[in-house]
Amino acid sequence: MSMPALTNDRASNVVPTASASSTASVVTMTPKQAPAAERYVKMAREVAVRVVPPLIVLVLFMLVWELLCRRAGSALPPPSRVFSDTRELIFDPFFDHGGIDKGLFWHLEASLRRVAIGYAIAAIVGVALGTLIGQSVWAMRGLDPIFQVLRTIPPLAWLPLSLAAFRDGQPSAIFVIFITSVWPIIINTAVGIRNIPQDYRNVAAVVQLNPLEFFAKIMIPAAAPYIFTGLRIGIGLSWLAIVAAEMLIGGVGIGFFIWDAWNSSHISEIILALFYVGIIGFVLDRLIAVVGKIVTRGTATN
Amino acid sequence: MAYLKLDHVDKVFTRGAATTEVLKDINLTIEKGEYVSIIGHSGCGKSTMLNIVAGLTTATTGGVLLEEREVNSPGPDRAVVFQNHSLLPWLTVYENVRLGVDKVFARTKTRAERDAWTMHNLNLVQMAHAKDKRPNEISGGMKQRVGIARALAMEPKVLLLDEPFGALDALTRAHLQDSVMALHQKLGNTILMITHDVDEAVLLSDRIVMMTNGPSAHIGEVLEVALPRPRKRLDLATNPTYVKCRQRVLEFLYERHRFVEAA
Repeated sequence: MSMPALTNDRASNVVPTASASSTASVVTMTPKQAPAAERYVKMAREVAVRVVPPLIVLVLFMLVWELLCRRAGSALPPPSRVFSDTRELIFDPFFDHGGIDKGLFWHLEASLRRVAIGYAIAAIVGVALGTLIGQSVWAMRGLDPIFQVLRTIPPLAWLPLSLAAFRDGQPSAIFVIFITSVWPIIINTAVGIRNIPQDYRNVAAVVQLNPLEFFAKIMIPAAAPYIFTGLRIGIGLSWLAIVAAEMLIGGVGIGFFIWDAWNSSHISEIILALFYVGIIGFVLDRLIAVVGKIVTRGTATN
Repeated sequence: MAYLKLDHVDKVFTRGAATTEVLKDINLTIEKGEYVSIIGHSGCGKSTMLNIVAGLTTATTGGVLLEEREVNSPGPDRAVVFQNHSLLPWLTVYENVRLGVDKVFARTKTRAERDAWTMHNLNLVQMAHAKDKRPNEISGGMKQRVGIARALAMEPKVLLLDEPFGALDALTRAHLQDSVMALHQKLGNTILMITHDVDEAVLLSDRIVMMTNGPSAHIGEVLEVALPRPRKRLDLATNPTYVKCRQRVLEFLYERHRFVEAA
């Protein structure tokens, strides 16, 4: 080919070590490779930096709690009491004596199942409606003000209405999850769609993508970082809402487990359940964050 | 017979009650295989003009004819190389080029042929080695090469370049100008390029269209660059024709149509 000017461009792109081996005059530079042991030490140090500080704080917190609550007549049990009271629940989360007398695993599973269904519907509806609002000015003018009002309604306020409509606890709880988590998904998706650079739209126009291809190949990937922000807020809110909703609808579920423990004055069980609720909420949040990070790699860093 | 023709194109932007006439009575004919540059100060509507040819903006009156047929919507027969490359960041270099190839040759080429054609075009711009990289992993010059490959791969009748080298450093720009020149030589594309760089315009073009300042910008002067091809950057520096052409454009831009900064 007759493009002498171009050849340099490629050479400049090669890692120095690779080109060095072909030309004798250049001093070979091997990248410093740390020995295995040294690398493990470095990795361990990095992990320690993240793990040790919260552990110290946790131990201190437990210590203070223990000291404050160990005297006789205190309202709340100290950590040692919590552990001894709930030992059975901790070590046997899978028992099932029928009715609502089940291990914690089953309660959490029931709650997670409701969240999964409600959240999945919210994700689908939210992205679809968000796309509509982001893409169509008239849809935005018509729907956005209404959504802005609806989204401020506290999740539990929907519960009586949905109980009236569905006449059953299970679908009502799922509806509450849906209605709680759908708003941030709608709003963030709409913002993401509205912020698609004109350049990408121009590219799509020149290539002549049809609306369906435009949706799948341009809109969704371009708006993905925003969509995942909405999804992450949504999962957090739905986990917040499920506990409250379950307290009211009863049956199997971590929310009702807590309420039941309160009615039976098993304060230690409440504390254990709260611990699990927190951990699972954290894991759900991280899960969506990780999925988002994988899906939006490349997009976010442009 | 004119290959591409801009026929009495006017463009008026209306915002509320205020109207701004950006382009006024643009008439331009471009022959097949010709390399035409449009030069003018910023804000003179040259990008608007290119967008009208691309179909991304519609002319208020008048129209664009490509091979005697009016064009008023975007299409792959007038592929654009955008100033800021506009590669889709979530696709690899290969996928970015393949996107257009798949649409344009959906019926006429098999899957294997489309793959080969994509690679062929990446090879033309010497980017085949980076085919699996994402745009944010390659340099600005390389991104623009991929942008050129994407446009070329659509086999456009007219290649539209919207200040394609504007965002690049001087050395990279020179490299890319050379390769665009080589591609034009090799493939014989019809090219319409927007630029604000006088040397670039003279080096690359067969004709230079000089725009007056806006509002109501129009074509002030058209200059033939009668330099034989292939052109060599180094030889041209002292070439009397080159120097004269350069002088003419500079005079137009800086004496007769000085850019008056809007206070």
